[in-house]
Amino acid sequence: MAALTTTKDRYLAEFEALERQGALRSPSWLTPLRRSALARFAAAGFPTTRDEDWRYTNLAPLVASAFRPAEGVAAVGLLPTTLERLSVGATGWPRLVFVNGRYSARHSSPGPLPVGVRLSSLAEAMTIDGDVVARHLARHAGWDANVFADLSTAFARDGAFLHLPAKTSSETPIELLFVATTPGVLAQPRILVVAGPHSRATVVEHYVGLTDDAYFTNAVTEVVAGPGASLDHYTLQEQGAGAFHVATVHAALEGDSAFSACAATFGGRLNRTTLTLRFGGESGQGALSGLYVVGGHQHVDHHVTVDHAVPRCSSRQLYKGVLDGSARAVFNGRVIVRPDAQKTDANQTNKHLLLSDGVEVDSKPQLEIFANDVKCTHGAAEGQLAPEAIFYLRSRGLADATARTLLTLGFAREIVDRIAVEPIRAYLDGTLRARLRAARATKEMS
Amino acid sequence: MPTTMSTTAKTLESLANREYKWGFVSDIEADTLQPGLDEDVIRLISAKKQEPEFMLEWRLRAYRHWVNMERTAGAPKWANVKHPPIDYQQIVYYSAPKRASEGPASLDQVDPRLLETFEKLGIPLAEQKRLAGVAVDAVFDSVSVATTFKEKLAELGIIFCSFSEAVRSHPDLVQKYLGSVVPYTDNFYATLNSAVFSDGSFCYIPKGVRCPMELSTYFRINTAGSGQFERTLIVAEEGSYVSYLEGCTAPRRDENQLHAAVVELIAQEGAQIKYSTVQNWYAGDAEGRGGIFNFVTKRGKCAGRGARISWTQVETGSAITWKYPSVILQGDDSVGEFYSVALTANRQQADTGTKMIHIGTNTRSTIISKGISAGRGNNTYRGLVKILPRAHHARNYTQCDSLLLGDRCGAHTFPYIEVGNASSVAEHEASTSKISDEQLFYCKQRGLSGDNAVSMIINGFCKEVFKNLPMEFAVEATKLLGVSLEGSIG
Repeated sequence: MAALTTTKDRYLAEFEALERQGALRSPSWLTPLRRSALARFAAAGFPTTRDEDWRYTNLAPLVASAFRPAEGVAAVGLLPTTLERLSVGATGWPRLVFVNGRYSARHSSPGPLPVGVRLSSLAEAMTIDGDVVARHLARHAGWDANVFADLSTAFARDGAFLHLPAKTSSETPIELLFVATTPGVLAQPRILVVAGPHSRATVVEHYVGLTDDAYFTNAVTEVVAGPGASLDHYTLQEQGAGAFHVATVHAALEGDSAFSACAATFGGRLNRTTLTLRFGGESGQGALSGLYVVGGHQHVDHHVTVDHAVPRCSSRQLYKGVLDGSARAVFNGRVIVRPDAQKTDANQTNKHLLLSDGVEVDSKPQLEIFANDVKCTHGAAEGQLAPEAIFYLRSRGLADATARTLLTLGFAREIVDRIAVEPIRAYLDGTLRARLRAARATKEMS
Repeated sequence: MPTTMSTTAKTLESLANREYKWGFVSDIEADTLQPGLDEDVIRLISAKKQEPEFMLEWRLRAYRHWVNMERTAGAPKWANVKHPPIDYQQIVYYSAPKRASEGPASLDQVDPRLLETFEKLGIPLAEQKRLAGVAVDAVFDSVSVATTFKEKLAELGIIFCSFSEAVRSHPDLVQKYLGSVVPYTDNFYATLNSAVFSDGSFCYIPKGVRCPMELSTYFRINTAGSGQFERTLIVAEEGSYVSYLEGCTAPRRDENQLHAAVVELIAQEGAQIKYSTVQNWYAGDAEGRGGIFNFVTKRGKCAGRGARISWTQVETGSAITWKYPSVILQGDDSVGEFYSVALTANRQQADTGTKMIHIGTNTRSTIISKGISAGRGNNTYRGLVKILPRAHHARNYTQCDSLLLGDRCGAHTFPYIEVGNASSVAEHEASTSKISDEQLFYCKQRGLSGDNAVSMIINGFCKEVFKNLPMEFAVEATKLLGVSLEGSIG
């Protein structure tokens, strides 16, 4: 308990220090938001496993470590070849690069973009696009007592901003690359995507760690989709082995809009993603998916809430995990159908492939339904590779290990194959194969 | 389709207006304590029941623990139910029908009005013995009134008696098993029960004996403001078998009554216990006034290899149902089953489900839960499947379906699945739907009335559970659902 208090106090002291230095100087509308978020964080502190939302994820190691915000963009030069290697998309993609959570202009190439579309660092957007940012920043995420969203709001000063005016569409995906280079650093990128009516875009958040020591990324993404807008959101998480990665994604959808999210998790020591999708207008569509391939002592926690507040929306969730070593996966999927949200069609699936006896899975798919003319289903399954399938492949002459890798790949490909953007699919497929190869090599060595 | 609409509307209306058929009060002289709870009350309960010292000690330990719980955390708040706080000092903790100092030697000596009550309940007793072939240990406001078929069972070495009697005549068995599955520290309501339980049933099946008939208890709360705290303990020795039926009703009253029971089952190697419940406590009126708070702890332990425990429940009554019949699968190859139908109409709330704790290897569990919500009812399935790391090759299958019969009701599913090794398989499926217009249309074009169609579809929805009930109970359960849907079925 004492540790929790001191860590909380350390963050509070950090806030005071930054404010004294003028580092948190912000537009007048943001100051009260910062203050109230900090007050909520101060009152609540870090959650423990006694909190229902955190019963399977123990934050003690995160709380026990001291992390400090990076002072400006570190002098670490990222070699063009490194950047090239870390890029998901082609060279022509608009790209913002963040080093230790701070925007790095010299590594970024925010163009070319269609006329009217704004892509910039959040700090810049606060001055140039004040109105749009003021209307949406910190107005969506953290609705459900989320201490990490509060922490982000209190310290918000850097991140990415994308604004798509009505009827604009960015054909090329937009890549946001977050590189962590320094141990002990606290990175709090804040992403705001505002999509006007009938606009379209694809956004990729790519997290990479160049150090295997401990550092802490607390990312918050707010997505606002206007009527008829269509947004595809990808998160590729390849943090370093010692990383703590906490992500909050909140998507607010207006009528007839569509939102898809795909989160692929490979790295990090402790991962928690809190994703909320809220339908604010009729006939919205949401497709949420996640793939996590983890081993060792990695911990992956997905908390997904889909809030059907209005009628005639449909949502799909598909989360699949491959667990090896002593990895642990937590899935908490919550579908809420509010009174009068008739004609809701919601589906939720969570599957885990358990490859080693040391793994642990805690799955909690929940339905809370207050309307009767609805179609809601959920399913969860935890199991291993079917011995019949392995036998079949072996009878065809494949080695045992090859057969297992092939079947595991098949399990994971259900997510990969759905990705519409070819370079993202190819990148993910490559990462997945490399990961499974590495896992196999480790097994064969031991 | 306007006709369908009207049928559904009518069904809903009848659900909302359904009357409680069992809402009569028996005017029987009762030996009742003043409301309130302290150590003296517990000593008095224990003294009235002429209990041995160990029993009183156990009750007092439970009471002291409960006082501490009430002072600190209080009653559990995690359940998806809402009710005003319960004043535990306003409850009557002991109420027994007054009778001569010696208990009745036979049914003839029992107060005829009491027998009349049982007649009204339609439970098989006395002359219905032969017909139903059921031995009944009827618990009427806490004290067992009549135990039938006892001699017949005694020949096989089966002990089936009231809990009070078991405490007096078989203290060694009670002392050995009481609290071995649900310790007195288990949870707020179980602890309260451990301190104040008044009576209940005790059942012991010796090694290798197959109980030749279904054993049955009928619970009924009669005295106003009295809580019912019964305690059931069933021990099935190696290779034995028993099927146990439990049914519950209560008169209608405007205030809420607390019912906090504890049921413990122990199945040794190769033994099988089948426990069936039809719960029809008074559910309160359409505005949610009155009704029973049914806060029950039920748990079985498959202690030996290949043991099998199966819970089947049909929950149609109570203002609030809070119960999670669970199985601890300790023995290798043991099997746990849970089959449930829960209906909430008017303003009823149910938060019910099960826990399957897999400890032994090759343990298997099946969970089938059917929730029906109507009116402003709220129905929650809450279940835990926990497979411990050393429970290799464990297997679970869970299916929970909800049917919504109105646009003001709610259906909620909160499954917890915890798997701790890689050789086990856990599967969970759930769906929520309403009776579709297509289904109704199909039935109607085959000549069924709308009401019959609704009834048929609901019975079909519950079939997987009903088929696990003993025949008499299956009939009663179907009837109970029928009462709930009265007006739409003839």
